[in-house]
Amino acid sequence: MKERLEELKQEALEKVSKSENVQSLKDVRVEYLGKKGPITEVLRGMGKLSKEERPVIGQLANEVRESIAAAIDTKQTRLEDQELEKQLESESIDVTLPGRPVRVGGPHLLTSIVEEIEDLFIGMGFEIKEGPEVETDYFNFEALNLPKGHPARDMQDSFYITEELLLRTHTSPVQARTMGQKNGNEPVKMICPGKVYRRDTDDATHSHQFTQLEGLLVDKHVRMSDLKGVLNAFAKQMFGAERDIRLRPSFFPFTEPSVEMDISCKVCEGRGCSVCKGTGWIEILGAGMVHPNVLEMAGYDPKEYSGFAFGMGPERIAMLKYGVDDIRNFYTNDIRFLEQYHKA
Amino acid sequence: MLVSSNWLQELIDISSYTPEELAEIITKTGIEVESVTPVAEGVSGVVVGHVQSCVQHPNADKLSLCQVDVGEETLQIVCGAPNIAEGQQVAVAKPGAVLPGNFKIKKTKLRGEESNGMICSLQELGVNEKDVPKEFADGIFVFPENVKAGADALSLLNLDDKVIELGLTPNRSDALSMAGVAYEVAAAIDGEYELQEEDVPYSNEAAGDFISVEVEDKQANPYYGAFIIKDIKIGASPLWMRNRLTAAGIRPINNVVDITNYVLLEYGQPLHAFDYDRFNSDRIVTRRARDGEMITTLDNQKRELKDHHLVITNGDEAHAIAGVMGGAKSEVQEDTKTLILEAAYFEPSVVRQASKDHGLRSESSNRFEKGVDPNRVERAGKRACELLAKYASGTVLKGAVSVDELDRSENKVSIETSVINDRLGTSITNEEIADILRRLQFSYEQHGENFDVNIPTRRGDIELFEDMLEEVARIFGYDNLPYTLPQGSSQAGGLTLEQQLKRKVKSYFEGAGLHETITYSLTPKERSQMLVSPEIKRQAKSPVALAMPMSEDHSHLRLSMLPELLQSLSYNVARKQKDLSYYEVGTVFVSNEEQVTRQPNEILRASGALTGTWISHPWQQEKKEVDFYVVKGIVEGLSAQLDLSFTYEKTKIPHMHPGRTALVKSGDKEIGFIGQVHPKLQKELGLKDTYVFDLNAEELFAQYTKEEAFQAIPRYPSVSRDIALVVDEQITSAAITDTISEAGAPLVKDVRVFDVYQGEHLPDGKKSLAFNLLYLDPHRTLKDEEVEEAHDKILTAVKDQHDAELRG
Ligand SMILES: [Zn+2]
Repeated sequence: MKERLEELKQEALEKVSKSENVQSLKDVRVEYLGKKGPITEVLRGMGKLSKEERPVIGQLANEVRESIAAAIDTKQTRLEDQELEKQLESESIDVTLPGRPVRVGGPHLLTSIVEEIEDLFIGMGFEIKEGPEVETDYFNFEALNLPKGHPARDMQDSFYITEELLLRTHTSPVQARTMGQKNGNEPVKMICPGKVYRRDTDDATHSHQFTQLEGLLVDKHVRMSDLKGVLNAFAKQMFGAERDIRLRPSFFPFTEPSVEMDISCKVCEGRGCSVCKGTGWIEILGAGMVHPNVLEMAGYDPKEYSGFAFGMGPERIAMLKYGVDDIRNFYTNDIRFLEQYHKA
Repeated sequence: MLVSSNWLQELIDISSYTPEELAEIITKTGIEVESVTPVAEGVSGVVVGHVQSCVQHPNADKLSLCQVDVGEETLQIVCGAPNIAEGQQVAVAKPGAVLPGNFKIKKTKLRGEESNGMICSLQELGVNEKDVPKEFADGIFVFPENVKAGADALSLLNLDDKVIELGLTPNRSDALSMAGVAYEVAAAIDGEYELQEEDVPYSNEAAGDFISVEVEDKQANPYYGAFIIKDIKIGASPLWMRNRLTAAGIRPINNVVDITNYVLLEYGQPLHAFDYDRFNSDRIVTRRARDGEMITTLDNQKRELKDHHLVITNGDEAHAIAGVMGGAKSEVQEDTKTLILEAAYFEPSVVRQASKDHGLRSESSNRFEKGVDPNRVERAGKRACELLAKYASGTVLKGAVSVDELDRSENKVSIETSVINDRLGTSITNEEIADILRRLQFSYEQHGENFDVNIPTRRGDIELFEDMLEEVARIFGYDNLPYTLPQGSSQAGGLTLEQQLKRKVKSYFEGAGLHETITYSLTPKERSQMLVSPEIKRQAKSPVALAMPMSEDHSHLRLSMLPELLQSLSYNVARKQKDLSYYEVGTVFVSNEEQVTRQPNEILRASGALTGTWISHPWQQEKKEVDFYVVKGIVEGLSAQLDLSFTYEKTKIPHMHPGRTALVKSGDKEIGFIGQVHPKLQKELGLKDTYVFDLNAEELFAQYTKEEAFQAIPRYPSVSRDIALVVDEQITSAAITDTISEAGAPLVKDVRVFDVYQGEHLPDGKKSLAFNLLYLDPHRTLKDEEVEEAHDKILTAVKDQHDAELRG
């Protein structure tokens, strides 16, 4: 009987391995494991066996049964997988067809520039302050050492609304307002970006509305070398580590000493080219030590407190960094312009 | 200020620098050089020629045939200039010469006659049209004095010069003179310069016998000096002087005018010469003008004066507007014999006002406005007398007649080395400070580290310690300043909640497919009142207007960003860019006054405008034009971002589609509107269907609360039920949603419309709305009966309130 069981097992396993589809596998299962199958037959004849032999053969018969069943299961899974695979293959699509488009917008180039500068100064511990675009003559001029009749008011011909109200010509009034809130005994460390307005006829390099970003630090013992250090850090992060800066004397009514900062020209590496007009340097911003009159008007004692301030034009920076050649591009909102700079 | 480097070399030795190198040094130490320009670039081969004979060309009426001695040879040259004549000394471009624009001179034949070169006009040599003296404007240039045949004409005409253009800031008016520039350069390169003493050959006659001076307003006119010069012979000024004027951009006229202009350039002091006989009086009275008083100025303009203008009179009538322009009556002319030379100090603000009122900005007013050096006023008069004696054969009468209350004292500023170092972050020594003061030629007294500095009056810009700090810093060199970082109190920088929210809203819009734009705040009056949100319109009395706009296009401050956004769309559509979705976050300007006297309220708003195709995915047959619900979806997404809930009510707004516009509320606050632009306006702008939104960002930020607590995720299953109701077509889905939520409370957690139908199988004027309801109890599993009960309550409520029938 033992031999018979072994024989049946060999026979069944061979049939399993030869089965090519689920149906023939089912047939094998019915043939060998069914109630009328040969293994059941063998078990029925067990009555003729001795008491000792009976459990041995019983166990063997079960083992044979199980190994056949396992072989069938394994084979069946494999066949089912193959069939599914085949069916899925027939569901193939053209993966090269275009996908369903997703609408994506993006920021304005000026916003990207301003936010980049904001983040850079936030990293150095500066706050961002904002202020009104319609300013009083006092905060736009007088508090900044530009009394009525001052010749430098010519430099920034303005849009007046009444004799006392005008569209701010720079973001400096935000500095005056912020300093004024400190009662002359607290430090200020801020930048103020925003829109400003001047009486200019719009052309490739002038715009009656443009953006300014100014910074101010007031504290005890603020040094001009601190200004140089901060501006250097700014220039290197904004324009690249290989750029050099230089300060040269200038004039602004609200700072003394006043300087302008140039960075070395990227195009010619400082050798001189048409972009830098042969000088090797490109003007980026104006800066200086806060004028004692400005500190005093804001309530600080200029003997005890000092500070530095700087101001720049994001349009100019964008024009330099991305080669935009006409300032009007920032305000006409041509979609072809806007989309170009979404990665900026 | 245009600085001739040849002239500067005469004042201070700059021979070890090229003009370009010098420009770099000047820029780094004090004054920005804007350009260095050769007077005549690339010109060569031009020499002096003596015209030995000049006859008519045999074959041409307007041409002359000249024999010209150019030193080594005599050249035959055909010349077309009307002013050519025998005996003249002229500039000749020989064959092989090069003129501006790389124009090469060759031997040629003109109407059958050989021509070996060209006799040149100043223009042909590269001199600016406006700087050419009138007598040579239409012909060749003739040397006014003897020059050797064959000599280098370029150097005689100063065409080998390079002009350094200084970009002067308002504080550095001291550099509006060659003397001032020389002092500045001396400090920069550590050179030597001093303004030379004048040497006037006075006659024995006294000026006081010819003229007297009275000054009525000594505040406006603290010094007035009058020199008398007799025996003047008007003629051409010497070539060197003409050259220097030309290099500085001033056209030579005659010796008297040229000399006053020359001294203006040299000393920075404007002077004025009156024809004594035409002045018609022996007294000068300077006074404020009378309202309505008239004067005809040198430019032959009749001008009406006001009582704040200062005039120079002959005791009776005005002969000059002080510091601005002389009068035509006493103008120096060909036959002038005797001069009154004015050297005066006029108060800057008086001159500034007059030059502004009359629209006259001159070399003279420009200098008076910025303040001239009080110690150079009289000296400049003397210098002009010296030159008039030399170059206009004048006899200078003894003594200037003057009224003099001018303060010529020097400012004193004290500096301390340690304070300087504290402010600059440097470690400059006392010796270095002393050396810097020496280079600046500022005298001082030193006590240890304290310097009491006397500021020369030419540097009127230096009054405070900080001004001296700048002088020390710039001569020490900004390049030598160390790089440090601020040491003081530290604070954590960062964005305020509002600034964070602004960024959040912007990036939401961008993720939702909108492009950020920036438009102008100033718009035409008409546009400033268009598409204004109702809650803004109620606050704004009228748009804020500029007092003096530059153009109608930018005359009023916006009350809404939409008009300019629509202009942007229109601009793009006109350029064949049709599918657009724009947004802007910016301020509008709301004044509650009829006549603005206070700063308007500046309100931050978020607005958008969309037109064209929203999604185009043709091969899967999906294409969607922008419509109301696209825009509403974006706005709903925004409310979700900020965790606010918006409600929408149909409304009417001018210039908006009357049936497709909704007021938006957050809580019970109106915050703006959404909808379609009125088709009439769309058509005007060349736009297809265009949808907009305009929201009060400031109010949204105010309502925003940062949700800190964690909301537990429901542990029990919800039950979903659908109902379809047939209602009158006017009834809004929002009204039914509200009723369902109310009647189904507290179990109904969400109500959504999933179908809207109108048409076949429904009576006229009726529509079907299908809703999906979500029932949930967060604390336990709901029983069927409970849901049934709630559902029945809902059906009764919609029937009662809206006459809604279940759709069979
Ligand atoms: Zn370059």
